[in-house]
Amino acid sequence: MIRTKDLTKRYGRTTAVDGVDLEVREGDRYGLLGPNGSGKTTLVRMLLGLVFATRGEIEVLGRPVPRRVREVLPSIGALVEGPGAYPNLSGRTNLAVFDAAGPGGRRRDRRARIDQALERVGLGGIDRRPVKAYSLGMRQRLGLAAALLRPPRLLILDEPTNGLDPRGIREVRDLLAELNRDGVTVFLSSHLLSEIDAFCSRVGVMDRGRLVVQDDLDDLRVPTGRVTLGTPTPERAVALLDGRVEHRAGEILTVRHDDPGALNAELVAAGVTVTAIAAERRTLEEVVLAATTGSSDRVERVEAA
Amino acid sequence: MIRVELAKLFRRPRTYVIAGLLCALPLIVAIFLATTRIPPPPGQGGAFLSAVLSNGALYPAAAMALVLPVFLPVSVAVLAGDAVAGEASAGTLRYLLVRPVGRSRLLVAKLISLVVFVLFAISAVLVTSYLTGITLFGASTSSAGVALPPDVTSLSGVTISPAGLVLRLLGTVAYIVISMVGVAAIALFLSTVTDSALGAAMGALAVLVTSQVLVTLDAAQAIRPYLPTRYWLAWIDFFREPVLWRDIERGAGIQLVYLVVLLGAAWANFLTKDVAN
Ligand SMILES: Nc1ncnc2c1ncn2[C@@H]1O[C@H](COP(=O)(O)OP(=O)(O)OP(=O)(O)O)[C@@H](O)[C@H]1O
Ligand SMILES: [Mg+2]
Repeated sequence: MIRTKDLTKRYGRTTAVDGVDLEVREGDRYGLLGPNGSGKTTLVRMLLGLVFATRGEIEVLGRPVPRRVREVLPSIGALVEGPGAYPNLSGRTNLAVFDAAGPGGRRRDRRARIDQALERVGLGGIDRRPVKAYSLGMRQRLGLAAALLRPPRLLILDEPTNGLDPRGIREVRDLLAELNRDGVTVFLSSHLLSEIDAFCSRVGVMDRGRLVVQDDLDDLRVPTGRVTLGTPTPERAVALLDGRVEHRAGEILTVRHDDPGALNAELVAAGVTVTAIAAERRTLEEVVLAATTGSSDRVERVEAA
Repeated sequence: MIRVELAKLFRRPRTYVIAGLLCALPLIVAIFLATTRIPPPPGQGGAFLSAVLSNGALYPAAAMALVLPVFLPVSVAVLAGDAVAGEASAGTLRYLLVRPVGRSRLLVAKLISLVVFVLFAISAVLVTSYLTGITLFGASTSSAGVALPPDVTSLSGVTISPAGLVLRLLGTVAYIVISMVGVAAIALFLSTVTDSALGAAMGALAVLVTSQVLVTLDAAQAIRPYLPTRYWLAWIDFFREPVLWRDIERGAGIQLVYLVVLLGAAWANFLTKDVAN
């Protein structure tokens, strides 16, 4: 669906995106993670033909970008760095303007499509207030509605849940999951780990313009070689496992061990009751922190030696 | 896309505010003239102003002479400067482009909507000033035709038919539209360069003011024929008998050159520009 090769963008002396080889497959729920200023938005803009690459190749839905981007844009729904709307027009009129501006926005069913898009993002009952009277969350929802005006094959969303409350985030996630089930490929960027963790099947991590990780989420979350264990008699377990317990919090123990099954057998044989046992996996946070060097928008003072 | 641009133009209250302000200026002047009946001395004040006292039907021409030098170009520069930069800073430009709207198409639609705005504003001024002229100064057209003002024709006693007056006014409108499209081209080009609508409008106005100053400066005589504002008032020649085409043709030619060069530059710049704000 999306494939880039050695994609690089320089703004003067800053390299915003640096040699990125992105691969998003059909049906993916791809999450692009990265600290502030790591180049996520710049990458998204290049995919949509808004910003021109300094070097490298892009292919979206089988067409080279930016050369033939206009052939694929009609089947892409996009949200780039926050929603954009004409502040003095109502939400509905805004959608009508965007729909009428592009090709394929047939006039006959425009009303129906606008109503449906608004309904999907939870703005079905919207009145005629101008957008400048909208809350941040409403604007974000309106931006999503604009991306859904024409049924997309691919959604490219830059921070889609920005400005939404927890319930709103949940609603958007459910909406995206539903679209994905219907065959829409979703590519979204975020700097919120929890969001990617809860939604995505595939993860890319950017750091200072480079794509440092790109893999299926399940493959990234490898076992850490520790087992978490619940027992009503932690003292006995500690005594038995002598020295292998790394951490104890009430009745939950963290034990250095590769195989939960063997550990369980060992404990049960010794008469220790086990209420819960599972191999500990690396959290996405650990993966990301290990792969990234820090927020690139932090401007550290360089100490003169 | 052109329909969309026109819809946006006529949905914005500012379009009507600007047109209203443009209409208000001649109205205020007319009220002062009508109450005091003190005509500006010949050669001073706006063209046609002394003539309208005896014939209100000429007031539309006087109104054009009032709004053209400053008010109209300022409005056009403001709107044209906002055309691309305003969309960019509101964040709507990127959503238009991914719709997708071709960048060239967008630029052309913007220019056409500016032309429509100029036509709309001028028509509003012509209609209101005609009504103002007739009611405040009375019309002496009757059947004898309209007497052209002697300070313009430099001949007294020349009269033209009402149909002739309408034709000349139409010529005036066309000429002013061409002049304002030149202004729009300057501001539109700057609008693709900067993301600040105000900056683009200011830049265009700076060009116009500089040009106006140089036009009156004898030391700049060598470049005078090429200045964008040099022939702005040439439309007055439509009211000579016979019509004096020389300056009108030159003025239109200059504006056309400016239009082609600046639109070309705007197009080349916009087509290769990163939309990254
Ligand atoms: N138009 C621009 N001109 C110059 N530098 C830019 C421009 N846009 C982005 N940059 C730089 O490129 C780098 C990447 O920016 P980008 O907006 O892509 O990051 P991001 O990952 O989207 O960050 P965030 O999470 O804060 O949205 C930053 O260092 C930024 O300063
Ligand atoms: Mg960003």
